[in-house]
Amino acid sequence: MDLAIELVVAIVVGVLVLVAGGVALLRGGRPRGGIDEEFRTELRDQQPTSPPSVAVPPDELEGAEPPLAVDLADPDLADPDLVSTDLVAPAEAPAPAADVEAPPEAPRLTTTERFRARLGRSRAGLGLAMSTIFRRGLDEQAWEELEESLIAADVGVEATMELVEGLRDRARAEGIRTGEGALALVKEVLRLELGVADRRLHRRAEGTSTWLVTGVNGTGKTTSIGKIAARLTAQGDTVVLAAADTFRAAAAEQLEAWGQRAGARVVRAGEGADPAAVAFDGYQAAKAAGADLLIVDTAGRLQNKTALMDELSKVKRVLERDAGPTDEVLLVLDATTGQNGLAQARAFLDAVDVTGVVLTKLDGTSKGGIVIAIQRQLGIPVKLVGLGETIDDLAEFDPDAFVEALFGGGEGSGATAVGDS
Amino acid sequence: MFDALSDRLESAFARFRGKGALTEQQVEDGLREIRLALLEADVNFRVVRTFVGRIRERAVGAEVSAALDPGQQLVKIVHEELVRILGEASAPLDLGSRSPAVVMLAGLQGSGKTTAAGKLAALLKKRGRSVLLVAGDLVRPAAVRQLQVLGERVGVPVYAPVTTGDPVQVARDALHEARRLGAGVVIVDTAGRTTVDEEMMQQAVDIKAAVNPVETLFVIDAMIGQEAVTVAKAFQEAVDFTGVILSKLDGDARGGAALSVAEVTGRPIKFASVGEKLDEFEAFHPDRMAGRILGMGDVLTLIEKAEEVYTEDQAQDLQSKFLSAEFTLEDFLSQMQQVKKMGPLQGLLGMIPGMGRALKDVDLDDAQLKPVEAIIQSMTTQERRDPKILNGKRKKRIARGSGRSAQEVNELLRNFEQMRQLMKSMGGAKGLKGLRGMDPQALMAGGAPDLSALTGAGPRLPVGAGAPAGPGGPDRQLNKRVPARKKKKRR
Ligand SMILES: Nc1nc2c(ncn2[C@@H]2O[C@H](COP(=O)(O)OP(=O)(O)OP(=O)(O)O)[C@@H](O)[C@H]2O)c(=O)[nH]1
Ligand SMILES: Nc1nc2c(ncn2[C@@H]2O[C@H](COP(=O)(O)OP(=O)(O)O)[C@@H](O)[C@H]2O)c(=O)[nH]1
Ligand SMILES: [Mg+2]
Ligand SMILES: [Mg+2]
Repeated sequence: MDLAIELVVAIVVGVLVLVAGGVALLRGGRPRGGIDEEFRTELRDQQPTSPPSVAVPPDELEGAEPPLAVDLADPDLADPDLVSTDLVAPAEAPAPAADVEAPPEAPRLTTTERFRARLGRSRAGLGLAMSTIFRRGLDEQAWEELEESLIAADVGVEATMELVEGLRDRARAEGIRTGEGALALVKEVLRLELGVADRRLHRRAEGTSTWLVTGVNGTGKTTSIGKIAARLTAQGDTVVLAAADTFRAAAAEQLEAWGQRAGARVVRAGEGADPAAVAFDGYQAAKAAGADLLIVDTAGRLQNKTALMDELSKVKRVLERDAGPTDEVLLVLDATTGQNGLAQARAFLDAVDVTGVVLTKLDGTSKGGIVIAIQRQLGIPVKLVGLGETIDDLAEFDPDAFVEALFGGGEGSGATAVGDS
Repeated sequence: MFDALSDRLESAFARFRGKGALTEQQVEDGLREIRLALLEADVNFRVVRTFVGRIRERAVGAEVSAALDPGQQLVKIVHEELVRILGEASAPLDLGSRSPAVVMLAGLQGSGKTTAAGKLAALLKKRGRSVLLVAGDLVRPAAVRQLQVLGERVGVPVYAPVTTGDPVQVARDALHEARRLGAGVVIVDTAGRTTVDEEMMQQAVDIKAAVNPVETLFVIDAMIGQEAVTVAKAFQEAVDFTGVILSKLDGDARGGAALSVAEVTGRPIKFASVGEKLDEFEAFHPDRMAGRILGMGDVLTLIEKAEEVYTEDQAQDLQSKFLSAEFTLEDFLSQMQQVKKMGPLQGLLGMIPGMGRALKDVDLDDAQLKPVEAIIQSMTTQERRDPKILNGKRKKRIARGSGRSAQEVNELLRNFEQMRQLMKSMGGAKGLKGLRGMDPQALMAGGAPDLSALTGAGPRLPVGAGAPAGPGGPDRQLNKRVPARKKKKRR
């Protein structure tokens, strides 16, 4: 058997080399990407797009509420002051938007306050840790501690080194000598690094808008969709959700549960159905019902799986055939993610033109520093953050709170060194 | 995974090549690269500090071995340290003798617990154990349903009495259920929790107390960043886990978390989860992982995979074809299908020592095999068996049929012929003798099979396999021993 196994290995090697050689030749002959694109198109066209059976056929949606007048002058997701997300059950008449905006007795927190309160829960002494870095003034050690804090926040080695380099130069040029001065500078620079980006969530002036929600496995796509939908229905919007994750066990059931909580209808198909067809049907249903927005949930996929990324591009393409350009393509990123987050953003940008990031699980100890690199290198802004598992644990991204939180909590600068034994 | 780590280490080590004894400055330069590589791979910065410190200590005081040049010596030290941290041997699941034996899963949200529960159930069932899955996640909507679906697929019962309520009670009752069903192993899935949620962490403690698991497994996503350490320590404090499951290793994350977690908790990583499907689950092998970190390939995994796909008869059959160069395009086509069963090609490639560097820039996705397949499929059986009969007219027909150019058809044929010759020469088992059972140390000591001829075989391979690896000029030896890998798909 031994020799046989060696031979098998030899065959594998041989096959692989030949195949790799073949691939190289097939790619080499033409401009990079050319054959790929052509080839992908071929593949896509081969795939049948037969519509799946839809649990909620469009005609069932016809009896739905007529679309509410939406304040189109302000296409933002929500009034920044809106916190209360009293659910509007599908059967109930949605409260007029004005009422939602001013519930007299509801506790009022701005999303920023909410953001901070949530973060504070996990980060005792928020903001304190940052100032401790410069407490002794501006010496070499302070810069090193700053560097370490950024790396510990998953900002990444390269971005950190560039940032700190730039900060040192500026501090020198501007004659900054005090710790406070340096602190202010750090905050300013990081704040700028996060971009003065457009963080609005885009909607159409007329008709049914479409949002596509993507990301690797388990980041919080479905949950975030539930939270977003709840916000919008509370505002008086009619939202339809399409369960285009036809792969993971019970994914559609999960989205249905969220749809129920949020007061949004869910269009689904059987397991294994073509996700593009589900998205397509979702749009048909949403349009027929005169819904304001369709949100498409997709299966988690690792960005290095080309076939799955192609499948995602196809979902978008098929959806757009009928619905026109997708208004938002959100990449859901888990804040605990390390440097791979950048590769994720790059691949999803490539595949579906991501327009914004939803940074989830910020209620944990991770800081999500990789979004700085994502903004710097790819220009994709964070638009929303996830702060927990309940329906109102969603907030608009607050760059200031984010920057301060980068330095707090977690291991803390004074924590016992790991593995020093 | 870990590809860039090996790239970085390679570039660090390239400087040591053939320069006599290491100076202190050289050691520092090398350590700097190692430090950066580890940080980029998401190894926690404190772990990096201790790791680099240990390497420095050993590197400076290292006795000069006659067999190894200084660069190799550093590689050896790094490798040994990696193995030491990742665990000396692969740790099996230890289910003890109590019945039912309880396995509890815990971890952050979305880390892969439920999937791992299903995979473990499948694995244990295959080993002849009777398993009961317990739906203890009453937080995430449809989590219970998710487990039920997995249970159906595996063919094991799922205890899921409620979808809301108290998971501690569910866990406790599950033991009675297990006795009633005569199940020998109980696998308890739990809700994901963040470590700062005290109530939820307490709940995990309570579930553990209720079922007294023999194995408590901490499931962690290979993509996790610096906080891996904090999270792992918090879970260790709460539930004192006995082992770790590293999930989503089919991604391209460098997976430094593996080092971080093993270092700070001292608990073994027992399984690698390498996909969404139920059979994409493997024992975690620390030595192999360390070898991969250093870019030394992973031949053992490759052989294991081959053994799953090929029967002995098939292997013998191929062997004779091989030796006589009777390997036809038809065989090639069917072998391609077989090989695909072993997993993504890119991942397989990365397991072969020396392959990564040569194929560095080839982004190999299985879908890209389609053109090759298309060309061969457009041939008649006779043509596949005897490509010599292919004249211009036939080639044109094939090109048309497959939608490729005639030139592409030609190149494929040329490649194939070269490959066949190579296979024949390798068939004497000369080149590959010693691949099996080869350990990284042997590799470093120069026992590696010479695959450079192989990698140089493809006429259009993007990177000249024999090209000088660094400023030190051509050095096939080191080039071969510390190759880089790119785009590895599987752990
Ligand atoms: N703590 C916390 N948990 C979250 C957050 N968002 C989602 N989760 C949890 O993370 C887990 C995964 O969330 P899902 O919404 O199912 O993620 P997904 O991206 O749809 O997952 P797949 O479809 O399986 O790829 C669930 O347990 C959620 O409850 C968040 O902001 N904070
Ligand atoms: N690619 C890949 N996906 C995985 C792996 N393990 C789990 N998943 C996916 O990750 C997501 C979360 O997994 P799940 O088991 O529900 O996580 P849980 O919340 O910890 O129970 C699902 O989409 C799974 O299909 C893995 O090893 N590789
Ligand atoms: Mg989902
Ligand atoms: Mg689960």
